[in-house]
Amino acid sequence: MSRYRSTAKTAARTYMQPMAGWWTKNPYFVRYMVREGSALLLTAYALVLLVGLWRLSQGAAAFDAWRAALASPLSVVFHAVGLVMVVYHSYTWFDVMPKTAPDQPIDPKLITGGGIAAAVAVSVLILAALLWGAP
Amino acid sequence: MKPSSEPIFWMLFGGGGMLSALIGPVLILVTGILVPFGLLLPQDTMSYDRMLAFAQHPLAKLAVLVVISLFMFHGCHRTLHSLHDLGVHTGTGAKVAFYGVATLATLLTAGLLLVIGF
Repeated sequence: MSRYRSTAKTAARTYMQPMAGWWTKNPYFVRYMVREGSALLLTAYALVLLVGLWRLSQGAAAFDAWRAALASPLSVVFHAVGLVMVVYHSYTWFDVMPKTAPDQPIDPKLITGGGIAAAVAVSVLILAALLWGAP
Repeated sequence: MKPSSEPIFWMLFGGGGMLSALIGPVLILVTGILVPFGLLLPQDTMSYDRMLAFAQHPLAKLAVLVVISLFMFHGCHRTLHSLHDLGVHTGTGAKVAFYGVATLATLLTAGLLLVIGF
């Protein structure tokens, strides 16, 4: 592809900085793109849940087929990668939280730590509720 | 100045980011790893009967709708803005497509929850 592009207003050929792979040249930007990539996994996971809801509405046989698909190797790999990516999203979300609300009288480390602690606490609560068979 | 729709999408993005940061990992762990492998949790955790009873409860319906909708809006918003970083020039069409997919998923979820009944 040409690195020059003529715009509608000027006939002049404007130099365009090539964009392909710019983020691979710096670990900071790689981490940034991995974080952005977690959004793709999260979207796909929401769609998996949506399909499950659709199969649930169709009856026991359809729902059990969806359950069987969840146990397929492809699904397990997808969820394992998704788990790592969304854990990373979770960490970065609370890591930047102090920066989204600057000039707080609270220590930024306390905000990040509090957020992570809340995520762990909610996760343990959900697992405990499932373990002891909450209604 | 023309009112912008951006704050609405940003709030949906933020809500989805917060919700998925809190419960995203545990949800994926339960539905994608623990239950398929039959690990740790009771075997009937996600049985048809239990899931149907769950989806028929009004509060659970609200939870399912909020999770799917906010995850979709968060994911679509972030992906739309990442395209810019990858050098893809996005315009109104891309916006309509990305937020349209999230809106469609929300409406489908609401519709299915109604079909499943109370």
